[in-house]
Amino acid sequence: MANNPFKQHTGIAAPLLENNIDTDQIIPSREMTSVSKTGLTGGLFAGQRYIKGRTLNPEFVLNQPDYAGATILISGQNFGCGSSREHAVWALKEYGFRAVIAESFGEIFYMNCIRNGILPISLSADTIKQLPREITIDLVAQRIGAIPFDINQADRTMLLKGLDAVALTLEHKSDIEAFLLKDKKQRPWIYS
Amino acid sequence: MAQTLFDKLWDMHRVKTLSSGEDLIAIDRVFLHERTGSVALRSMLDTGRKPLRPKHVFCTMDHIVSIKTERQKDDARMPKGQNFIQATRDASKEAGIELIDVLSPEQGIVHVISPEMGIVQPGMTLVCPDSHTCTQGALGAMAWGIGSTDAEHAMVTGTLRQRKPPQMRITIDGAFQSGVTAKDLALYIIAQFGASGGSRAAIEYAGSTIEAMSVEARLTLCNLAVEFAAFTAIIAPDAITADYLKGRQYSPKDWEGATAQWATLKSDKTASFDIEYHIKAEDVPPMVTWGTSPEDAVSIFGAVPHTEKESSRDYMGLTEGAAMESLTLGGAFIGSCTNSRISDLRAAAAILKGRHIDKNLRAICVPGSMAVRRQAEAEGLDIIFKEAGFEWGAAGCAMCFYAGGDTFAPGTRVISSTNRNFKGRQGPNVRTHLASPAIVAASAIAGRICAPSELEKGGSNGQ
Repeated sequence: MANNPFKQHTGIAAPLLENNIDTDQIIPSREMTSVSKTGLTGGLFAGQRYIKGRTLNPEFVLNQPDYAGATILISGQNFGCGSSREHAVWALKEYGFRAVIAESFGEIFYMNCIRNGILPISLSADTIKQLPREITIDLVAQRIGAIPFDINQADRTMLLKGLDAVALTLEHKSDIEAFLLKDKKQRPWIYS
Repeated sequence: MAQTLFDKLWDMHRVKTLSSGEDLIAIDRVFLHERTGSVALRSMLDTGRKPLRPKHVFCTMDHIVSIKTERQKDDARMPKGQNFIQATRDASKEAGIELIDVLSPEQGIVHVISPEMGIVQPGMTLVCPDSHTCTQGALGAMAWGIGSTDAEHAMVTGTLRQRKPPQMRITIDGAFQSGVTAKDLALYIIAQFGASGGSRAAIEYAGSTIEAMSVEARLTLCNLAVEFAAFTAIIAPDAITADYLKGRQYSPKDWEGATAQWATLKSDKTASFDIEYHIKAEDVPPMVTWGTSPEDAVSIFGAVPHTEKESSRDYMGLTEGAAMESLTLGGAFIGSCTNSRISDLRAAAAILKGRHIDKNLRAICVPGSMAVRRQAEAEGLDIIFKEAGFEWGAAGCAMCFYAGGDTFAPGTRVISSTNRNFKGRQGPNVRTHLASPAIVAASAIAGRICAPSELEKGGSNGQ
């Protein structure tokens, strides 16, 4: 499915500055109760966001008045490690997040972000600590305010244009078919 | 130019290099399960798309199925779980793919049944919307975990858009100390280099220790690569791999053609890797985790270390300097895609035989597949587990993660043969210590974290 293009975005950046925040924390498995990519936002960070059932935990960053309406999440190393559940990204997206800034990302989580129009940015720990509460991300110029950032150009293009990867790949259908014909001769047991 | 095994598999599957700089990589097999595969199938069908090669897409029911012996076809472990089971069944039929359903004799955890049925083979590319797909690299396949959207992509186009990852080789030589297993080695590696230490690399495990390992031990080692932030892990196929696969349901009909190609699947002698590590097997102790990341692992004979991860230590209810073997347990679990195969069950049963678990503890064993369960029952292992006080389940991912339903009580300290000790992973406030099946068995007997060698010194606990 195509996504909303990401060019520039200004928003409040909520800090969750721990390392190894896993997808079980982003959305616990018990919160995934239907075969759907939506209806997940209530489960976002459920383990920390609520106390005693569904009472909001005032200590959790997203429940603090300063970070109400945050659209950017800031974290440490290896954000989104663990389970492949794309529900973590769907829940973040449904909550309103457009970007995640971290020192590094879990590999599957990172690709899930790209596939859903969420911008994952890797920055050093020192740079992350200096980010103000409200920031402007410019993916065209690859800058956060005055700070430049790197991103793979294929991922950047996918986000800038909001492309659907399946549709894009299907443009190469004849190459795929030609490959399969040739491969079938070389590795027939794979196709039997 | 000298190539690594991973280079060879990458080139073999490269359809073309795209203008974006990514490679279009042909995917030989897609495996799905009801938890994340159901939504991939539904989304694909709702978009009006179909699998390019439905015969090469497989789906199992493992994550939320009931683990009760008397389970029926729609029984789930979690509230509303039957929605996932039924949606997966309906969508699999509509998509024309092979479903290994709840009551199928082949049913089990995806990474247990894929090798068991001979679906994963050396030299293949195999993907699954499940992070532990790296397990299957143990057979010499390029196998990795993806999201649900990429699973749709792999089914519909027969390919994935991939950037080639960096490459790492970890060479392990020599023999383990007595009682040390592939699980201990995996935890040792993650503890040494950190949970980010795998650097998104494709890791080849090599060396004399690996060459001497059974396929099941290799599966356990590769299983934990994702906890090490690797792209995946791979082990060069050899005679042990071919012996394992021979005669299995989906093993190649053209056995000679296939095995001749498998013999070429190894890194060239002069091939270079971006990162190389060397480990002496004799340096690896029996390991157990103390914290809430798999990197928080120490020797079972060690103590809770000094740490800056206070929230992790507090969640686990530990104090610095406490001996790991002094920690009292309320639960024990043997199962999961890490350690639920027949060799794991045999190792645990050897310790449990003639003994009984501590009276304050709940212990559960869930075989990784119904085939493993049948084999264990044929060997009488189920009797040993049950007489020792273990519950004996039907195959599934079971207590490895909590999705609602039955689990250990909040605050319970659990020794577990699984792969993740994350906060809340096994249930709200459940405290998980990861270890090998033998350590789980010995600890269940002792009622505290306990090395099998300690148990032997002290004899049985009076049963």
